[in-house]
Amino acid sequence: MSHWIKAVALTLSAVALAAVPQIASAQETIKIGVNQPLTGAVAASGNYVTNGARIAADELNANGGILGQQVELIIEDNKSNPTEAVAAAEKLIVRDEVPVMMGAWSSTYTLAVMPKLMEYEIPMVVETSSSGKITTQGNPWVFRISPTSEMEAKAFADKIDDFGIKKADFLAVNNDWGLGASDEFRTMLKENGVEVGMVETMSADAQDLSAQLSKLKASDADTLFVTTAVEQLTLVLKQAKSLGLPQTIITTGGSQSPDQLIDQAGAAADGSYHLLFFAPWFPEAAPNPEVAVQFVDKWKERGYNFAGLTEGFRGYDGIMTIAAAIEKAGEAEPEAIREALWDVKVEGVNGDISFIKQGPEGMESGQNVPAVYVVKIENGEIIQPSF
Amino acid sequence: MDQLLQHLLNTLILGGTYALLGIGLTLIFGIMKVVNFTHGELYAFGAYMMFFFAMVLGLDFFATLVIAVILGVALGALIEITLLRPLRGANIDTTMLVMIGAWIVMQNTEQLVWSGIAKSINTPFPVEPLVLGPVSVSWVRVFVFVVAVLLILGAQLLIHRTKLGKAMRATFQDRDTAALMGVNINFVYTATFALGSGLAAAAGALLGPVFVVTPTMGNLAALKAFAIVILGGLGNIKGATIGGFILAFVEEMGAGYVSSGYRDAMGFLLIIIVLLFKPTGLFARAERIG
Repeated sequence: MSHWIKAVALTLSAVALAAVPQIASAQETIKIGVNQPLTGAVAASGNYVTNGARIAADELNANGGILGQQVELIIEDNKSNPTEAVAAAEKLIVRDEVPVMMGAWSSTYTLAVMPKLMEYEIPMVVETSSSGKITTQGNPWVFRISPTSEMEAKAFADKIDDFGIKKADFLAVNNDWGLGASDEFRTMLKENGVEVGMVETMSADAQDLSAQLSKLKASDADTLFVTTAVEQLTLVLKQAKSLGLPQTIITTGGSQSPDQLIDQAGAAADGSYHLLFFAPWFPEAAPNPEVAVQFVDKWKERGYNFAGLTEGFRGYDGIMTIAAAIEKAGEAEPEAIREALWDVKVEGVNGDISFIKQGPEGMESGQNVPAVYVVKIENGEIIQPSF
Repeated sequence: MDQLLQHLLNTLILGGTYALLGIGLTLIFGIMKVVNFTHGELYAFGAYMMFFFAMVLGLDFFATLVIAVILGVALGALIEITLLRPLRGANIDTTMLVMIGAWIVMQNTEQLVWSGIAKSINTPFPVEPLVLGPVSVSWVRVFVFVVAVLLILGAQLLIHRTKLGKAMRATFQDRDTAALMGVNINFVYTATFALGSGLAAAAGALLGPVFVVTPTMGNLAALKAFAIVILGGLGNIKGATIGGFILAFVEEMGAGYVSSGYRDAMGFLLIIIVLLFKPTGLFARAERIG
């Protein structure tokens, strides 16, 4: 009897499994793979980016899709882990046969995925990662819309005098992004005659940072640059406050979500400055105000957390860039999309998106030159700092 | 000098919670011989219960703390009765696999229920820190430290001054003889697991408001707890307490004066050194074998 039930159950589940891909391929769609951290240490950001991507896909579909076909996002969770990011990419390429992907948030995950792009010859639009290595190591399948840490640092250079920085310390998450950003900012500050002090690091999942902060507290620097994701940044601000850190805190990387910081770190976030790539509190100040305003409106309409907009726009811009490339290519094939990405001009939420060549000749990666903003948290409000 | 004082104060505060985590695990490990992979999830469970009752339902912070610990004890008892009791006498590998399974199920359930996005818990304590000359510490951490010390003392008293504690120690020394002497082994096992789980939930409930609450928060906590248990010797409460403070000290000083990037590695480096010279841990007690 029980054998009989087992046999039936097995057959049924086999049929059910076999049926899934058929349903998916029954209607002709253009698939775009999305590889984001939906769970784990940096889950908040990954979910925000994915929400932005959903808005873009729905907007495209409402306007008739791309090349007359509906867009279908295949979303995979990379679990805030580089190994899982590679597994997710491989699944998207091999099982779902996507012709193009967007991902993978962290520089570390993106760098882990990149060899797979070469292996399977699939282009990927990188929406968040900022490590310089991504576009300089000679991977012609990578197109990045987010700024490199170097671009971010250079954009900050003309604000050094506004801040009156004499000596700066660094606290960075111990990965490609954090180390890369502190390197670039250090170089930029030195070039501009600012003294550079300590560089402290913290592992991505560390929650207690009092050892690092106690060391920094003893420093005579006036400014502390912090690079990490919003979850850890919350902890840094709270613990810096409780230790009485005297330095002005400036955060970099664009993944800080100041609203979430105000919400979760409270008064500890007061007086901190943040470098961002989208300032949703002032969408009309963006280079393409109408695009920015309508994106913010759609985000609010769906009831998504306002705090996520500083990340969410990346997903929107990423999918819109991919859509423009497919449209230009005239077909949803990897090589044609890669070719077309070089010619796209997209009016994005951050600004105009197009790609310049970076990396060794003949193997160049695409790199966009995005806009950078500075905001300040004061009395639980986000303001444009007045210098 | 000021920096050193601040590091020492941090060690003290951090050590208290490490000790709490270590004691819970060492009880279960030592007395039941169960490699408890759910320990970190009980820690996360405590934190989420804190979030649920204090932030979602809006109950009083201190009442919530008590509720979270009681629920942790109950969940521990439930795990013991449903998963471990049927496996009594089974191979240690079998039990280990079941506990790994339970760990994965629990972590994913947390993810499903609470989503992967971090939650933060407000406390009734002032944001302005307590400043003692050159050093300072947040009020909530002082509170956490005091409660942790009280819980550690409570656990010590329970083990060494009560009849249940005596039964636990007897079972730890020799399960079969204890059973022959009329000790209710089943009850001792459930009580041990529930107590250990309660302590983990307490650590989570205390630290949730200090840090942020995420479904994966238990992983690092469990790793540290295992480290502390190995450092202090299996089943040794005093060892786990001192082990907790030693781990905190090594991490704090390592990060402060050697390299912050290797902060978590310092603790494990210490364990390798200890195991090289004292393979049974720093404070291992003689265990009757056979």
